[in-house]
Amino acid sequence: MATVEEKAGSGDKRVSEGTLRDFFREMLLIRRFEEKVEERFRAGELPGFLHVAIGQEAIATGVCAALAREDVIASTHRAHGHTIAKGTHVNAVMAELYGKTEGCSGGYGGSMHLYDVEVGNLGANAVVAGGIPGIVGAALAFQLRGEKRVAVAFFGDGATNTGTFHESLNLAQLWKVPAVFVLENNGWAESTPNTQHSPLPIDELGKRAAAFGMKLIEADGQDVEAVHLATLAARDHALSGKGPVLLHLRTYRLTGHFVGDPQVYRDKDELKRERETKDPIELLRARLELSDEDFEALDAEITAEVEASVEFAKAGTDPAPEDALKHVYA
Amino acid sequence: MPELTYREAVRDALARALREDDGVFLMGEDIAEMGGSMAVTQGLLEEFGPQRIRNTPISEMAIVGSGIGAALQGMRPVVEIMYEDFLTLSMEQLVNQAAKHRTMSGGQLKVPLTVRTQGGAGWSPGAQHAQQLEAWFVHVPGLKVVFASTPEDVRGLLWSSIYDDNPVVFFEHRTLYPIKGEVPEELEPIPLGKARVHREGTDVTVVATGRLVHESLAAAEQAEADGISVEVVDPRTLLPLDEETIVESVKKTTRCVTAHEAVTRGGFGAELAAVIQHGAFDYLDAPIERVGSKFAPLPFAPVMEQHVVPHAADVLEAIKKTVARA
Ligand SMILES: Cc1ncc(C[n+]2csc(CCOP(=O)(O)OP(=O)(O)O)c2C)c(N)n1
Ligand SMILES: [Mg+2]
Repeated sequence: MATVEEKAGSGDKRVSEGTLRDFFREMLLIRRFEEKVEERFRAGELPGFLHVAIGQEAIATGVCAALAREDVIASTHRAHGHTIAKGTHVNAVMAELYGKTEGCSGGYGGSMHLYDVEVGNLGANAVVAGGIPGIVGAALAFQLRGEKRVAVAFFGDGATNTGTFHESLNLAQLWKVPAVFVLENNGWAESTPNTQHSPLPIDELGKRAAAFGMKLIEADGQDVEAVHLATLAARDHALSGKGPVLLHLRTYRLTGHFVGDPQVYRDKDELKRERETKDPIELLRARLELSDEDFEALDAEITAEVEASVEFAKAGTDPAPEDALKHVYA
Repeated sequence: MPELTYREAVRDALARALREDDGVFLMGEDIAEMGGSMAVTQGLLEEFGPQRIRNTPISEMAIVGSGIGAALQGMRPVVEIMYEDFLTLSMEQLVNQAAKHRTMSGGQLKVPLTVRTQGGAGWSPGAQHAQQLEAWFVHVPGLKVVFASTPEDVRGLLWSSIYDDNPVVFFEHRTLYPIKGEVPEELEPIPLGKARVHREGTDVTVVATGRLVHESLAAAEQAEADGISVEVVDPRTLLPLDEETIVESVKKTTRCVTAHEAVTRGGFGAELAAVIQHGAFDYLDAPIERVGSKFAPLPFAPVMEQHVVPHAADVLEAIKKTVARA
């Protein structure tokens, strides 16, 4: 994890340019993957329903790159990015969306239940906040066994209104388990804006940590470097025995809630402005001063990778119908 | 053979598992210094310490949910939900998470979690401290459901539940905690999914769970005096269910009564009746009678409470009904 350099003696940490380029590549991969998912869904090839995290890629990448392979995550209904960033190959994710046995959940899960236990992905959850308590328990297991690992829950601003969230953070802080709670605050819970779902102003959702006496770390969720540094700090804190961290990241959902959402509830001009000014990939591209040539070469490579995942998925194996009953019990 | 109360038998299973296996730990409200609201876990804090006997906040969702998370990491947590009425607050984690992780992950995960809880009427707790909800969980693929009625059974079944790799909802009945019974010197695990024939008979089979096992045995004694020979079977595990033992018993006796304290409507007796009519249709000499609570939230006043919940007399009446048919 040598992703960070420090200006000698200054304490001023930053992510190395090489690492930022790696981050850029992964964020673009997630973006192109999700655009492909939207396209294939509209073409009628993908069953079920889908949520993309276009606009939130810096969080998936910045957070997961700060974690060790042995660290575990629990994701949400918006799971593709987290899953890819935690180390699952796009082929296995795409195959899952096509319901194939080569999928990361063997075709049993789908977009909202992507699992990959080998790389520490304990699963995405379609119940808002449903994965948070399990992360408290996983962290408790690490603590009881003296293992230097952290457990990380992703969730949105909407999830902070559930009892599950409050019970879980309360318990986690009480027992000082090594957990990081990643609040991806995109300001929306489906069609409901923050102003209608939370008594706190949007930028102040992190204040919820204070209710538990929990350490709060905040960063700009569109800036992958800031996300990454904040996560490293959060992980260190969690492992220090001082207790868990609420990592509050302000972000933007630059698409609908689900693929096909006409977003009748959203101000079109504002969305346009956000798309123009808040896209984490464009922001990073400008910062890295990538030439058009370099960008296009990279993009072509990634697009081919994503295309290949579709081919892989389509050529995959359909589960035997009767295998539906195979994993009900261990 | 030593004699233990049902309460001591639960405690004994917990203590033995805690001694044997570092992965076993307990979480629940008031289970440490106080020993649980039913005094089941008394003394365990002293022996095993606060890391493994953990008092929790009043957070049923987080208690079950953190148990799931620890189980996913290979621990064998035993969590206590103080009253089974409060299971309703943890339903999301039990039904959507514990029960489904294995299937949703395509077999990558297992959840060796035991959720102990207790309930049952007979002491005027009112409507929110005694409901019998076991049937709800039998409807959920991925869970196992146990309801033990004797000290020997509760000890052997709890042990097996802790060591089962699936989430088990383990029901204890409040009024059974003081009953005494012989248990083997060494703990003998009782496999999940095996019924127990408590009493053999030839005229009627009563399939009973929990407190109603004892009421049914009393009813069987009384029926005997009237010349009716009653077999009493306790499934002990409701999910998975030992259909064979139950169906074979009814094939022999040709009549059947189901008995539980939960309300009759939508109760486990309905499932039993369906299994039995299908498995022993050609053998039945009478409709299957179902005994359970009347369809009302449990009222407080003792006379009303006693009117709602079933007793030996209700089982006896049902037995006689089935015999009268033939
Ligand atoms: C318990 C529960 N209630 C409602 C829903 C329907 N639902 C799915 S996503 C969502 C909004 C979640 O908002 P947030 O937590 O902010 O996450 P985001 O969608 O913004 O990523 C809702 C209401 C659900 N899946 N689970
Ligand atoms: Mg949101």
